[in-house]
Amino acid sequence: MAETRKAPPSTRPPWHRDPIIRGYIYQVLLILLVIGFGYFIFNNTLHNMEKRNIKTGFSFLNSEAGFGILFSLIEYNASFSYGRTFVVGLLNTILVSTLGIVFATTLGFVMGVSRLSTNWIVAKVAKYYVEIFRNIPLLIQIMFWYSVVVKLPSARNSIAIGDWFFLSNRGFYTPAPVFEEGFGAVTGAMVAAVIVVVFLARWARKKQELTGEQFPVFRVSLAILIFLPGIVFLVSGSPLSWSIPALKGFNFKGGASFIPELMALLIALTVYTGTFIAETVRAGIQAVDHGQSEAAHALGLRQSFTIRLIIMPQALRVIIPPLTSQYLNLTKNSSLATAIGYPDLVAVFAGTTLNQTGQAVEIIAMTMAVYLSLSLTISVFMNWYNKKIALVER
Amino acid sequence: MKFIKLLLAAAFTVSASAGAFAGTLEDVKGNGELKCGVSTGLPGFSAPDKDGTWKGLDVDVCRAVAAAVLGDAGKVKFVPLTAKERFTALQSGEIDVLSRNTTWTVTRDSSLGLNFAGVNYYDGQGFLVKKNLGVKSALELDGASVCIQAGTTTELNLADYFRGNKMQFKAITYDTSDQTVKGFEAGRCDVLTSDQSQLYALRIQLKDPNSAAVLPEVISKEPLGPVVRQGDDVWFNIVKWSMFALVIAEEKGLTSKNVDSMKKSSDPGIQRVLGTSGEVGKNLMLSSDWAYNIIKQVGNYGEAFERNVGMSSALKIARGLNQLWTKGGIQYAPPMR
Repeated sequence: MAETRKAPPSTRPPWHRDPIIRGYIYQVLLILLVIGFGYFIFNNTLHNMEKRNIKTGFSFLNSEAGFGILFSLIEYNASFSYGRTFVVGLLNTILVSTLGIVFATTLGFVMGVSRLSTNWIVAKVAKYYVEIFRNIPLLIQIMFWYSVVVKLPSARNSIAIGDWFFLSNRGFYTPAPVFEEGFGAVTGAMVAAVIVVVFLARWARKKQELTGEQFPVFRVSLAILIFLPGIVFLVSGSPLSWSIPALKGFNFKGGASFIPELMALLIALTVYTGTFIAETVRAGIQAVDHGQSEAAHALGLRQSFTIRLIIMPQALRVIIPPLTSQYLNLTKNSSLATAIGYPDLVAVFAGTTLNQTGQAVEIIAMTMAVYLSLSLTISVFMNWYNKKIALVER
Repeated sequence: MKFIKLLLAAAFTVSASAGAFAGTLEDVKGNGELKCGVSTGLPGFSAPDKDGTWKGLDVDVCRAVAAAVLGDAGKVKFVPLTAKERFTALQSGEIDVLSRNTTWTVTRDSSLGLNFAGVNYYDGQGFLVKKNLGVKSALELDGASVCIQAGTTTELNLADYFRGNKMQFKAITYDTSDQTVKGFEAGRCDVLTSDQSQLYALRIQLKDPNSAAVLPEVISKEPLGPVVRQGDDVWFNIVKWSMFALVIAEEKGLTSKNVDSMKKSSDPGIQRVLGTSGEVGKNLMLSSDWAYNIIKQVGNYGEAFERNVGMSSALKIARGLNQLWTKGGIQYAPPMR
């Protein structure tokens, strides 16, 4: 026994023939080569631009932009800096992407479920929606919707919906809330209500797991969410008024507005991406074995419970990964905004700012970095969610 | 390792030899054609006609350079560019000269690695409004929505003008002038702003040109001219003097029709221009009949103006500032001697 335990005579080859060490050396060499190549490209670009007397560096971000931007979520006018135009464009991109993701998901889920409906009309409507809109190039759809929204009547002849909402080729004008002093308490009450509801839901689930008794979470939560801030609002003397749009000179003043470019882009992105999401949802639902719903029915579960508790949790596992891709697509497709003049990052920063400063390399690099970061953020979030809902194997 | 060293060495040689864009002249001669950046379609300046032939005042600058360098004004490859693309196209060497109603400013001259070779049209920024708005002056435009083309000096002047007059505006920025007109026509904006010459050109593109009017205010100086890369002085000189040759020809009364008979002229000034005496062509590294080719094939500045934007064109723009200096304008060329 003792003899066999003895370490075998050293058969390790010399280091330059050891496959493990050689593997490491090759890895390191490859990394060095990649870094060296990147460094060379970077240096070469700088060197050549300097030789051609093209300005380089990021100091331009601090100089005054001097041009107007149609629509901004933060304060902006021509006296702000180029750096500010970057932020304005970035926020506009995030705005249209976020709204697009929310609307496209909603539309996609509705249409995806509708395609499987036993109602003939509903199923056919969903089918034709998908087949028509996923097969027309997005750019053409964007231009189509834009030509529709600019054909709306002019501001002076706008379509009034009640006295508060106005639709014209200058955009959709709605009343805007004006928060007065003391509104902070209402906001606080809202936050408190949300926290209470979260804890209530947890408690109810635990209770059901332990005792099997159900608690009407939805109805109670709704009541808390409405009444808690509502009471605070009334007690603090209704600290909210509305700014109502009114026609003045060329255009409406006051209220909030959705510019036609945003509307057109949003409609196009929603309708286009919605088709792919609908197909993803349909695929996900059909991937769940029919025996699952039969078993649920046999247990006496109602149809709505069957879908909510049996089908959807299993379908989501199939739906989420391709859904992530659709979100990424939508975000990147939003850069087509430049075709209709919506001031997104590409139109404002990689467009006007680039042309006014002429610093293409810096600006395009920043723009690419932004899309990369946005996409990675979405990926990370969706992967986290995917892991959370993945089948728990016991 | 040897391989990597070799690779790096090769790469650095490439970077060193591509150091400056010298030799545009040789490149153009080698290719047998001039790559000229023009607009995506602006009547009077650069636009294809119904046969697909490019026509316009800016196009004629390209043709003049081609005539001077290659002896044939037809040997031009036109590269249509949007305002946003134009400088990058020139910097990267995609085109040899940019002749695209481009305003000469200090920033562009000093930070883009480019040189402006002169002014072929003196312009100024104006406003085009729908007549039914009843606006008579640009000062009544407070709160207006303004359609504008991206990446132009116009964008900056507009903001300056409204800021200076304490007025509000909304700029709707499109990529091409075509989209800008469509937005204006559809009523997305109240006003379209651009260089005045362009406003006349765009106005005749409207379905009903009489529905819109150009306001009297001119809010900026817009000297438009061809652009070349910095660091290639030979080429810079050729483009510069091709343009001056057009003006000098008009000063001397040389036209495409009489240039052949003028070759026999005893006027030493005309002889120097047409290359029958002197060494102007040789000094510019061109053939001696370079200016003769320009005048014969393109005409003089007055002819080009008249044909493209003047009274015998659809635009009917008066010579104004673009008249010769001897006739009350400011078109002026240094002496050719």
